[in-house]
Amino acid sequence: MSVRAGRRVPAALLIPAGLGLMFLVLPLAGLLVRAPWSTLPQRLTEPGVLTALRLSLVTATLATVLCLVLGVPLAWLLARVEFRGRRLVRALVTVPLVLPPVVGGVALLLVFGRRGIVGQWLDSAFGVTLPFTTTGVVLAEAFVAMPFLVIAVEGALRGADTRFEEAAATLGAGRWTTFTHVTLPLVAPGIAAGAVLCWARALGEFGATITFAGNFPGRTQTMPLAVYLALETDLQAAIVLSLILLAVSVTILAALRDKWITSP
Amino acid sequence: MSPLLDARLTVDRGGFRLDVALTIDAGEVVALLGPNGAGKTTALRALAGLQALSGGHITLAGDSLDRTPPERRPIGVVFQDYLLFPHLSALDNVAFGPRRRGVGRHAARERAAGWLDRVGLSEYTNRKPRQLSGGQAQRVALARALAVEPALLLLDEPLAALDARTRLDTRTELHRHLAEHPGATLLVTHDPLDALVLADRLVIVEEGHVVQEGDAATITARPRTDYVARLVGLNLYRGHAAGHTVKLREGFTLTATDRLDGDAFVAFPPSAVALHPHQPDGSPRNTWPATIAGIQRHGDNLRVQLDGPIGVAADITPAAAAHLHLAAGQTVWAAVKATETRAYPAG
Repeated sequence: MSVRAGRRVPAALLIPAGLGLMFLVLPLAGLLVRAPWSTLPQRLTEPGVLTALRLSLVTATLATVLCLVLGVPLAWLLARVEFRGRRLVRALVTVPLVLPPVVGGVALLLVFGRRGIVGQWLDSAFGVTLPFTTTGVVLAEAFVAMPFLVIAVEGALRGADTRFEEAAATLGAGRWTTFTHVTLPLVAPGIAAGAVLCWARALGEFGATITFAGNFPGRTQTMPLAVYLALETDLQAAIVLSLILLAVSVTILAALRDKWITSP
Repeated sequence: MSPLLDARLTVDRGGFRLDVALTIDAGEVVALLGPNGAGKTTALRALAGLQALSGGHITLAGDSLDRTPPERRPIGVVFQDYLLFPHLSALDNVAFGPRRRGVGRHAARERAAGWLDRVGLSEYTNRKPRQLSGGQAQRVALARALAVEPALLLLDEPLAALDARTRLDTRTELHRHLAEHPGATLLVTHDPLDALVLADRLVIVEEGHVVQEGDAATITARPRTDYVARLVGLNLYRGHAAGHTVKLREGFTLTATDRLDGDAFVAFPPSAVALHPHQPDGSPRNTWPATIAGIQRHGDNLRVQLDGPIGVAADITPAAAAHLHLAAGQTVWAAVKATETRAYPAG
């Protein structure tokens, strides 16, 4: 970093900036310092770790797929169709973003629980139970992560030139064909970025998951839950699990560097 | 025979009102010419179904299109910046229309290849739009619009995005393709040269209304508004004619060879105006003192803007300008021969 002569950075800005950076980096460095590097390979192969990691990856991926299937059309609706109450709908979509995840978990329980409005009906009609199952984990993660996807995709759709869609219409494409053949390919990078954000959020989900799906190893115990549990019994194991999550997060960050991290 | 396209387009949009009647025969190319903001593109969008009509009607090949969505109209559009789909190859861009209109994948690509061949791009079928030059992209856009075999072809400023050299070649090419198009063609442009070269008939719109229409010869010889006069490079005045004299609105009187009575236009080219340092004696009837307001290059000559009893543009050679020591603010005598003016009824 070079500062041009005569343009000194004021200390009142430089000092808090430096402190802020340290505050963000130091805990991660601490994690690396305290990691049990010598026993790491052996700990990584412990069955509990792999099970939790696999469950986390699978549920986060399924949650992302669910978010894509429901969230992309929702984003399209918000970006392309003028309807009454659109602002309200947009506000509602962003609620899970600011809602404490635990509250989300409670709300999910009240609706999809065995005695919930929808859960009761699912149970009696199909014999399907959602809470405290792997499906429950996916639902909890999707609930928390979907706003990330919707907001990213809506932004991409608003940024895309709608005149391409008009050109498609003059060539005989209806709205659905235009969506699949023109709109989707045009905003594909935006959707990909949104999906990765969504996936990362789902991967780290804790509050809603533990509230709605519980903490059953192999079934609903994802990595963040395993970290929390390990912290109470085996600090070293908690550090190892945390390291794995850190590695996954940094990998995502690196993959997205060109699109999101570098400022324009 | 009734025209292929018979339309009256009325669009109200926040204080702006477009109200234009258009008829185009099969095989005819009509240019919609006008300044920016005249409503040309709005008219084109209304025909394509991209802009809702507030009133009027659109009848194409006997069918009413008033309530037909854009994807069901037998219309092809070449957009100003082409709007080629960036994720599709040139071939797939051209095949897009036929595919959507029910042609099988293989047949559509064959048809697209045929069209790319016709516009001279058979070697570029696999290129993505960003790998094409401006002229090539324009031809792909034309092929894409024609590949659906539209009854009406719409072109929005088709040459505006091209540089001067490419423009010349592409204009010639475009002329050939438009001549071959069996349907009706509407060309929207603000460039009089495009309109004169490409169109059989010109419809001139200003502020949402048709101010003049006719073939190139009529429009260039007898402009009816200042905008048209500027386009075709004539000085134009309106006044009241009595015999050979026309008393202009400005209060000045011009003498013309044409004999006429009533409301009239008088037009003459800037090259018909001669400048003299002193009041000329001799034949020219129309002489007046004028002040030079500005001098600009105009082709090989200089165009001099003159203030005075009437505002007028005069073209003189650089040699004459040097001889007269012309400068802004200077007073000169302007003279126009009656034989070079043209008077025609304004009613």
